[in-house]
Amino acid sequence: MTALQEVAPREPAGVRREALYFAVRNGKLMSGFALVLVLLLLGLLGPVLLDGAPNDYGPRPMSPPSGEHWLGTTTFGQDIFLQFVYGLRSTFAVGVIGGGIAAAIGMVVGFVAGYRGGAVDEVLSMLTNVILVIPTLAVLLIANAYLGIRSVAVQGLFIGLTQWPWAARAIRAQTFSLRTREFVDLARMSGAGTWKIITREVAPNMSSYLFMTFILLFGGAVLIASSLDFIGLGPTEGVSLGLMLQNANQWSALQLGLWWWFVPPGAGITAIVGALYVANVGLDEVFNPKLRET
Amino acid sequence: MLKLDDVTKEFRIGAFGGRSVTAVKNVSFEVVPGEVVSLIGESGSGKSTIGRMILGLNPATSGSITFDGRPARPGKEYYRHVQGIFQDPFSSFNPVFKADRVFAMIKEAYYPAVPEPEWARRVAACLSDVRLNPGQVLGKYPHQLSGGQLQRLLIARALLLDIKLLVADEITSMLDASTRIDVLNLLAELKARGLGVLYITHDLSLGNYLAERTVVLRRGSVVEMGLTEKVFGEPLHPYTRELLSAVPRLHESWDDAEPVDTCLYHERGAEGGLLEAEPGHLVACARLGACPPVRP
Amino acid sequence: MSLQVSELRVHYRTLRGDVRALDGMSFELKDGEILGLVGESGCGKSTLGKSLIRMDGRMRHVGGRVVLDGRELPISDDRAMNEVRFKEVSLIPQYAMSALNPTRKIRKMVGELLRSRGAEPDTAELERRMDQVGLPREVLDRYPIELSGGMKQRMVMVISTLLDPSLLIADEVTSALDVSTQKAVARALLGFRESGYVRSMIFVTHDIALTHHIADTIMVMYAGRLAEKAPADVIVKAPRHPYTKLLLDALPEVGVRYAERRLEGIAGSPPSLLNPPAGCRFRDRCPVAGDECAEDPPVVALAPDHHVACWKA
Repeated sequence: MTALQEVAPREPAGVRREALYFAVRNGKLMSGFALVLVLLLLGLLGPVLLDGAPNDYGPRPMSPPSGEHWLGTTTFGQDIFLQFVYGLRSTFAVGVIGGGIAAAIGMVVGFVAGYRGGAVDEVLSMLTNVILVIPTLAVLLIANAYLGIRSVAVQGLFIGLTQWPWAARAIRAQTFSLRTREFVDLARMSGAGTWKIITREVAPNMSSYLFMTFILLFGGAVLIASSLDFIGLGPTEGVSLGLMLQNANQWSALQLGLWWWFVPPGAGITAIVGALYVANVGLDEVFNPKLRET
Repeated sequence: MLKLDDVTKEFRIGAFGGRSVTAVKNVSFEVVPGEVVSLIGESGSGKSTIGRMILGLNPATSGSITFDGRPARPGKEYYRHVQGIFQDPFSSFNPVFKADRVFAMIKEAYYPAVPEPEWARRVAACLSDVRLNPGQVLGKYPHQLSGGQLQRLLIARALLLDIKLLVADEITSMLDASTRIDVLNLLAELKARGLGVLYITHDLSLGNYLAERTVVLRRGSVVEMGLTEKVFGEPLHPYTRELLSAVPRLHESWDDAEPVDTCLYHERGAEGGLLEAEPGHLVACARLGACPPVRP
Repeated sequence: MSLQVSELRVHYRTLRGDVRALDGMSFELKDGEILGLVGESGCGKSTLGKSLIRMDGRMRHVGGRVVLDGRELPISDDRAMNEVRFKEVSLIPQYAMSALNPTRKIRKMVGELLRSRGAEPDTAELERRMDQVGLPREVLDRYPIELSGGMKQRMVMVISTLLDPSLLIADEVTSALDVSTQKAVARALLGFRESGYVRSMIFVTHDIALTHHIADTIMVMYAGRLAEKAPADVIVKAPRHPYTKLLLDALPEVGVRYAERRLEGIAGSPPSLLNPPAGCRFRDRCPVAGDECAEDPPVVALAPDHHVACWKA
């Protein structure tokens, strides 16, 4: 009878607590998140703790990593470690803003179109497809040339507003197949409304998928930001990992053997996106009870 | 209790709903408390669509569905009395949550004020009504339970409500022969409580086992309906006869079965509506089964 | 003697250990015999069917031999089996709908399939066989999606027997079909044997009543092992294994009504095959189980062709 007493009160706190229980025991999830956290802390705290501005010219150009310059210096004597921590900060910012906005729009459009179907779906899908076929980079170029992007936040916003269509399409397709499952009918017959069914029946079934969507959008935003930076349309102030790569390329770091210039930003972008992927694989196991047991 | 009157359902298909197909055409029948009505048809006969319309999951295109004299409108009050169970038990449970969540959803929506111990007692009582051992099914995920256990959980879920009508859509077709009969017996026990059950199936022998009355559907229209022993014992419509002769039986070979008559009006279905062969036995056949059997 | 299976053991690899889906199956199939294979889901009937033609990646051949027409089948060697598949052993899958490539017209698909097996398409023969199962010839110039479920199932039947295999495995071929189509498909299968397109057949199903109409012999499986094997009429009229008896008792036939005669299912569920308990596997659900059932019951022949694995039979 002990089992009996715990029947009902589990909902929904129990599910979350249980997910947490499996989350902290999942190696992939924890190591992925740990790496992201380390980089995030570095980006947040580094600029506070370190002296100097990232773009200040220094007296010792082109010096390899040493005790004084942890990651060496550029052709102009700028400290690469300092640039790296500042760059991490703006890279995280553009990823979170761009990826977050795109994921939010994509989910709303995808869920509503997929669940409601019919005319709502036709209109939303048409809108999605129109945005999808617009060459994003060209729009960003024009918008940039007209408005002049000054800050990382505005850059993130633009990326977010143009990157959501594929996420919307993917979520719509998933929702479409989930809504025909009988448990959705059963939820309707338990008196649940549309919003509740989407958030409590459909979305939990694809939570790892939604998280992956966010990760992909995050990674995509970072990469697009880097390419914009690369062609000189990045934020005019500050520094980002993409700008660092661009500078390294522009000043022939590879040919001059200045590996410490381009490896850290490249590794940084790879590490952030890669760690999130690893975490995502772990997340699948946390959310899918069938995978937990194996 | 439940009354369908001239119900028709058309589905719009193609881009912007340019074309439409008629899934259910002018169907009328009734389910009264304390009886099992079986709705028999092959795939594409519209039987599941009828079930979904009664459950308010799809709206009817025309005609009326009334429950206790009031139009059936999907909503909290309606679902307090009318519930459904579907074919695939594994798809009826959200795989990421524990199976007993279906009970918690009922509590949250209908009985938020009931104290926890009282609710646990009610759940235990309903589980024992469907012969499930609470220790074996509570706190488990759907994939850890068998199809038979899951279907019983859903019957128990319906019993937690003030249920009057249960729509059971092919609920045994994915179960093994050794457990399926027990789920059918549970449905039969429900009628002793005064419930009406609409049992939707393609399996004539199961419908025959369970139901007081039978409705045979073909391509969205009723071809024959009446007391089960009449419909199966003295089938009048050629389609009903054909179905019956195709059912594999243990102690009789197919070749021994009576030859099926081929009927000129077969394809025309119920154009002229249903005719009453005898009180309560309706047939969509102008000749009321008077055709001589012809070997195909 | 066309097929001999002896002590066949096939396990499924899972992360929690080996699931013993087939745990020492032995049986024989005569020339021209149709064997109906019945049992609950998870009893190993589909595994047996698959083992004889194509093991999937998770299946492992642990022991035992399969001999077809005097030649041992290399069932664990996927490549060596390629020689045999389609020519000697053929399969009609459960979901014929997905067995057909949706982007090819059927005529083209049949041609490609035959050529890949080194045979030339013989249109006259193909059309003759289609006539036999009642398929119009225009079907060849249609796409699979344009056919109904029963037509697809019959088309797949014709295709998979074109090279006159010695053994045909029909895996739940009728379970997705309506009763009237079911009958036509079942009749077509019988016709294939009469015309000599296939010599013997294993008809896997969960429907005893249907098997009885098709099979000469019925083999009942339970939890990876043989429970009872006998001529179809004997299984239906005079079963000896308690499981067979209970299974038949749980079968509602047209004419049996709840109000008049309440049928009962079999309480309990089959044991897990991950670590199955010793002794008779039906013991926990068996109404007549006794102390001797703690030991594995051997398969004994009560009559020349009636085999039962039960101490109480």
